[in-house]
Amino acid sequence: MALALTAIVLLPLFGFLVNGLAGNRLGHRFVSVVGCSLPIATFALAILLFAELSVRGGAPQVATLYTWAAIAGSGFDVALYLDPLSAVMTLVVTGVGSLIHVYSIGYMKEDKSYARYFAYLNLFLFLMLLLVLARSLLVLFVGWEGVGLASYLLIGFWFDDPDKARAGKKAFVTNRIGDAGFLLGMFALYFAVGTLDMDRINAAFAAGPPPAVPASLIGILLFIGATGKSAQIPLHVWLPDAMAGPTPVSALIHAATMVTAGVYLVARMSGVYMHAETASQVITVVGAATAFFAATVAIAQHDIKRVLAYSTISQLGFMFVALGVGAYGVAIFHVMTHAFFKACLFLGAGSVIHALGGEQDVRKMGGLARRIPVTFVTFAVATAAIAGIPPLAGFFSKDEILWYAFASDHGGSVLLWAVGAATALLTAFYMFRLLWLTFLGRSRMTPEVEHHVHESATSMTGVLVVLAVASAAGGFVAVPHYLEPLLPLPPVAEHLQQFEAPLLWLSVVIAFAGLALAAWFFGGDARRAERFGARIAALSRVLANKYYVDEFYERVLGRPLTWISDAVFLRLSDRVLLDGSLDGMVRLARRTAAAFCVVQSGNLHRYLFLVLAGSAMLLTWSLGRG
Amino acid sequence: MADATWLNVMLLLPVAGVALLLALPSLKEDAIRAVALVVTLAQFVIGGALYLRFDAATVGLQFATHIAWIPAWGVQYAIGLDGYNVLLVLLTVFLGPLVVAGAFSAIRKDLKFFYCMVLLLQFAMLGAFVAQDLFLFYLFWETMMIPMFLIIGIWGGERRIYATFKFVLYTAFGSILMLAAIIYLVYMLQSPSGELSFAFADLTRARLPRPVQLTLLSAFALSFAIKMPMVPLHTWLPQAHVEAPTAGSVILAGVLLKMGSYGFMKLGFPLFPDATRQLTPLFMSLAVVSIIYGACLALVQNDIKKIIAYSSISHLGYVMLGLISLDIIGIQGAVIQMVSHGLTAGGLFLMVGMIYERCHTRELAAYGGLARALPIYSVFFMVLTLASIGLPTTSGFTGEFLVLLGTATTGWRQYQDGAVFPLLMSAAAVAGVVLSALYMLRFAKSFLFGPEKLPHAPVMDLVWREKLILGAIVAAVFALGLFPDGPMRKSELAAQEFRALILVPRMPR
Repeated sequence: MALALTAIVLLPLFGFLVNGLAGNRLGHRFVSVVGCSLPIATFALAILLFAELSVRGGAPQVATLYTWAAIAGSGFDVALYLDPLSAVMTLVVTGVGSLIHVYSIGYMKEDKSYARYFAYLNLFLFLMLLLVLARSLLVLFVGWEGVGLASYLLIGFWFDDPDKARAGKKAFVTNRIGDAGFLLGMFALYFAVGTLDMDRINAAFAAGPPPAVPASLIGILLFIGATGKSAQIPLHVWLPDAMAGPTPVSALIHAATMVTAGVYLVARMSGVYMHAETASQVITVVGAATAFFAATVAIAQHDIKRVLAYSTISQLGFMFVALGVGAYGVAIFHVMTHAFFKACLFLGAGSVIHALGGEQDVRKMGGLARRIPVTFVTFAVATAAIAGIPPLAGFFSKDEILWYAFASDHGGSVLLWAVGAATALLTAFYMFRLLWLTFLGRSRMTPEVEHHVHESATSMTGVLVVLAVASAAGGFVAVPHYLEPLLPLPPVAEHLQQFEAPLLWLSVVIAFAGLALAAWFFGGDARRAERFGARIAALSRVLANKYYVDEFYERVLGRPLTWISDAVFLRLSDRVLLDGSLDGMVRLARRTAAAFCVVQSGNLHRYLFLVLAGSAMLLTWSLGRG
Repeated sequence: MADATWLNVMLLLPVAGVALLLALPSLKEDAIRAVALVVTLAQFVIGGALYLRFDAATVGLQFATHIAWIPAWGVQYAIGLDGYNVLLVLLTVFLGPLVVAGAFSAIRKDLKFFYCMVLLLQFAMLGAFVAQDLFLFYLFWETMMIPMFLIIGIWGGERRIYATFKFVLYTAFGSILMLAAIIYLVYMLQSPSGELSFAFADLTRARLPRPVQLTLLSAFALSFAIKMPMVPLHTWLPQAHVEAPTAGSVILAGVLLKMGSYGFMKLGFPLFPDATRQLTPLFMSLAVVSIIYGACLALVQNDIKKIIAYSSISHLGYVMLGLISLDIIGIQGAVIQMVSHGLTAGGLFLMVGMIYERCHTRELAAYGGLARALPIYSVFFMVLTLASIGLPTTSGFTGEFLVLLGTATTGWRQYQDGAVFPLLMSAAAVAGVVLSALYMLRFAKSFLFGPEKLPHAPVMDLVWREKLILGAIVAAVFALGLFPDGPMRKSELAAQEFRALILVPRMPR
């Protein structure tokens, strides 16, 4: 079975190499077959291994491939590790990944860089699986930076447009800031425990946190890495810009899988975080703040993909709230349901954009429900799921998060629940707003665009249907229960148990309230929303401009860095001080030499005179001493 | 033939090559190129074989030759391979044929003389690495300067005279200090019988008083730090790179700069352990300053050669940081980082040369969208860029990761003893990870992406010769990134010895 585990990771790599090296010569059909069959094969293998794992009762399986480096007795092995947690993640990644590969056949059909696209997508899958199945933090980091690279390449896929290339660079650099924290956390862990194998680290912490390094420091440093990859405050700025990539990429990388890597990291290292109270509090606060903040921004965006991007940031915030209060399994549950409905939403958005010939502005849509019915129905199901309408998937996972935010012994509170509930309300509101503006009401399309509207190919709509079904039914998969032996749920105080049922009903009310609010503002014509927006013009401008965070970073980080590099380091230090003093010394040497040159005039009389004068001086001096 | 003989053959082959070249008529250009290529390839084959036969479990010298040379002064012709130099020797003979082949189309003027200089440079650099006698080492060290001086001065760009002048001034200044220190050191160490010895093995035996150590280390360190180069002794490097022809830049970045760090590792630090320990915070700070300063400067350059030149300063800062961490992981990381930088910077300079041959400008703003126009070139360029950034699976990651890990381990260990400074330095060095992504991706963005912009369109993509050269480098980059264990085993014992030599117990007062 170690072979199967290795094959899961290596199959997509093979696809990358084939399509990357020879894809252009092999034709569309061949590229699609290679590009899609390998992910599907990994999904089949993942199911096989999952079944195997269940038979063994969840006992982890290790496949050690080779020793990367053995220095002075401490070895860094490249090893894969399959336990219930990584198995669930592998299923999500390969399952949703395969669907999005298939969807891409239709979506990217006309693109001139078809082979390059599938090569990159396979590369991403390889690295994501390496991340999920890594046994040591080092190998996880390889996948971690690797998916960042794949993301960079795919955001800038249409690199002729400098804005898209810039968005890719922004994503990579922002992630690198997080990675610096990740590295420092890894180093501290290595010093404290003497290994980077995560199962050994968790075991060591279970026996009591090692005294060498504070557990919360490690926790916070690793979490800095997570804020980069999972787009949490303050490193969230790259994700909305990442929408420059092709839409299936946004669905796969920037919604369903890669951005949840930070959540996976914290859950994987739960052994450390259980002993890191301060770090857990930081995670809770950052998660809650991000969830709320991003939801408010999502209300004011007009680009269909940007609304979904901010929604992703917000939902990731929810997951971190769950992690912060110690409900690791619940966070992974939300990772799964979110992967279903957000992939469905993005791919649906892709279908809309496809139908409208590239239009992404919801102000120029409307009334699409009857024109592209499959897209509409699936999009509506996913919208209801994310909004938390029972009994769809999002309802279950989100309700559990809210419950533990309220009741967990590890930092649950009424305030935290209130923030979460407010965010849930906003979520339902902005998602139904999006649904209304896109599919319902009157058409605001130009006649030219309207004429060409068409439903997408069956390969695309089929994927949408599968994902919609998953979004509807995914909530019945009891992920937290399955993971409980590995990731125990936090204890809940006795006197709080009675609130569980009322809070559940409140969740339902909140979801429908969001729906009703959106219907009231945007139902019929959206003029009511416009009037209301005008009344709070200042606020909506701030929201539309995403609280001016990008501008703020540019002013306090970007420009000072360039200034200090250019004006201080280059012009002042290098040119004036260092080169200047060297040139000065050279000039001094030249001038001294020039002064002595005067003596060397070539005039014999003067030479004779100098010789005589010198002799006389020496003679006087020696006589004086004698 | 015994292995030791083969080492001598490898070292002396370029001299034979020069003799052969001088015998050839200048007009037979293809023959000249062929001779140079065959000589460097033969060196690579011998060097590769010696590397494979090098036993990682043996302490000390292998394939050694000791011949008395100037008995009155105790000078020997002593060469050999050990864990300190074996990887650098391999790097040198690996880059040799690539440099020669890379210059096939670029050099048109005085071809014969040019290849003589390249071969002479190979000879001198290898000599400096394998020398086991301080006198011999110094001789090779000085010899290196002459062909480099001529390569930049004759085949260089417009402002080559200024650049060579600066290069020579800096290095000569360092060399003279080192010479004085060497003479002083050897006289201090002479045995009671009055016998002199320059042999490395004899030099580490005695312990000098600490003030003397400090003086001598300063002299050696100045010389090595100029070569490396470390901030603030670096300003000769960007100009030398910009004016040098491609082959010069590749040799300079690929091998010559490592002379400085090799000198620190083989001589500077182990000879003066007490002084080294005392000055550790200074070297650590300079290393971190080099990492960040070099990266910041690379960020604001508009000449593509200068970007890589300044990034070299940053990358060699990691080497110093790893060495001075005095942690076995950090030291091993420094060794790998030296080789890795030779590969990535060497490869990037080759690539800059290839585009310069086609478009005749190094202005970054003149280019754009190469990924569309030159797809194969762009793939190679992207891979080397990522290796330079230190992306996992490339050699750059192996080096940087191990250096930073070793430094952090030392930092935490000393934090337990109450010292905060090393920990802070180790944290500050991680900033280099972010900055390198910033400057290299800025470079890649305006170079490869955006609307297509080429000064001399239409431009041909890589020819098979160039693909082979870059393919070899990229293969080495991945080999060292994915499987660094084999090479690191060969240097492990030396790294441990280096550490032990410096961490000897404090000298009694």
